[in-house]
Amino acid sequence: MPLINRVFTSTSFDGRGFVASVALAAGLTFAPFLQAQTPAPAGSAAAGIEQYRQMLQDGNPAELTALKGEGLWKTRRGPKGVSLEQCDLGLGPGKVQGAYAQLPRYFADVNQVMDFESRLVHCMVTLQGFDRAQVTRAPYSREGQSATEIEAITAFVVDESRGTTIAVPQVHAQEKAAYERGKALFYFRGGPYDFSCASCHAADNQRIRLQDLPNLTKPEPAQKAFATWPAYRVSQGALRTMQWRLYDCFRQQRFPELQFISPASVDLITFLGVNAAGGKMDSPAIKR
Amino acid sequence: MKTNPVQGRILLAVAAVAVAGCAAIGAQRFDVPAYAKASFAEKGAAKLDRLDQSELQRTCSEYALKPLPDALRARLEKQELARIKYPANSRYLGDWKQGESIAQSGRGLQFSDAPNTVAGGNCYACHQLTQQEVSYGTIGPSLHHYGKLRGNSEPILKYTWGKIWNSHAFNACTNMPRFGDAGILNEDQIRHVMALLLDPASPVNR
Repeated sequence: MPLINRVFTSTSFDGRGFVASVALAAGLTFAPFLQAQTPAPAGSAAAGIEQYRQMLQDGNPAELTALKGEGLWKTRRGPKGVSLEQCDLGLGPGKVQGAYAQLPRYFADVNQVMDFESRLVHCMVTLQGFDRAQVTRAPYSREGQSATEIEAITAFVVDESRGTTIAVPQVHAQEKAAYERGKALFYFRGGPYDFSCASCHAADNQRIRLQDLPNLTKPEPAQKAFATWPAYRVSQGALRTMQWRLYDCFRQQRFPELQFISPASVDLITFLGVNAAGGKMDSPAIKR
Repeated sequence: MKTNPVQGRILLAVAAVAVAGCAAIGAQRFDVPAYAKASFAEKGAAKLDRLDQSELQRTCSEYALKPLPDALRARLEKQELARIKYPANSRYLGDWKQGESIAQSGRGLQFSDAPNTVAGGNCYACHQLTQQEVSYGTIGPSLHHYGKLRGNSEPILKYTWGKIWNSHAFNACTNMPRFGDAGILNEDQIRHVMALLLDPASPVNR
């Protein structure tokens, strides 16, 4: 199997296949690399991946997803026939710019901490009159399919925070409690592999296969990780949100299925977001 | 085992936390498995009982951010050592080629896997093994030349089998899964992985 294929198929725990888009991109950008007959040392493979990442920056399909999301945000929809423009994301109704960078946060109207995706669902249900079960039934697109409404709107809103400093609040008692629960879950070992989030994300300079693992307990790598989700995942041909990121980590951790916008998901995002304080949002990003 | 009063108190405190499976939040404690279960759903082979922690999992979670006391470490390692099942007739070694396939495969036990999926060992996720495979992780140490450096005497065979079967017997609260003890790999599969590590003909030792 050509090296680059192995690089991209083996970066996750399960070794699932890669999508044609990666093979195509790899073929175009990596021709000399692929022709090498002798195995390249891991260092040069890492350099190759870095080069690939840089080439990806030239065009991010998430821009189109964000445009679609902007349309959905501003269009009068749902049984009540209103747009989402009066949705309060924490900075007041209608204020979208910079909003993503201060979520999750406590919302007095629901007396709970919400991440962006939770708040979006809340607004679609309360403002627009959509059915909650319907809205949350299939939040993630399948590989190669077009983005779901949740994904598209998330792409739009996070794009409006590009360059904004990450400042997930720790003021309200519930915000502090969410952080502490998220932290406990981060170190919670379970399942047949005895893994916790910390098994892979609490040490510096480690890799799974050739995939670098950010130490999410330290400011700099936590900032970089938090700032670049949601992201367009080239290998899946899809925009992926932070909720999906956690969902897929737990899948590989051999845990049961993390439920969309569940309390544990919001608490973990709070933990990650607070650890990432001071970083600058740079999302939607584009990743392998 | 003799414990001094300080160690005794530590063990008591550990036991109190471990029994309840709790984590501290400010002055309050909360039941992490019960909390987690409300946010996860069973799917495929991954049932909610995966969130019920064993004593080992509870203790290792509790000590994730502080050193494991020596007495507790010794107790856990003794307890885990006693769980290792060694192969009948000291039949330790299988086929290194099959071992390589098992080391490459990361399939199995995920909620996305078909129930009849044969689980791999996914050794390369964390370890370097053969020189030919450059896509290896670094969470665990390099195992390149594992057998070449150690030979395959009975004590080495026995230790290596035990380490794969239940790694916590030798390093309590390690990141490495208990491949035999947790039923991830069966005895035949472990024999193949053993051969990958210890057979002089295996590319690991070339």
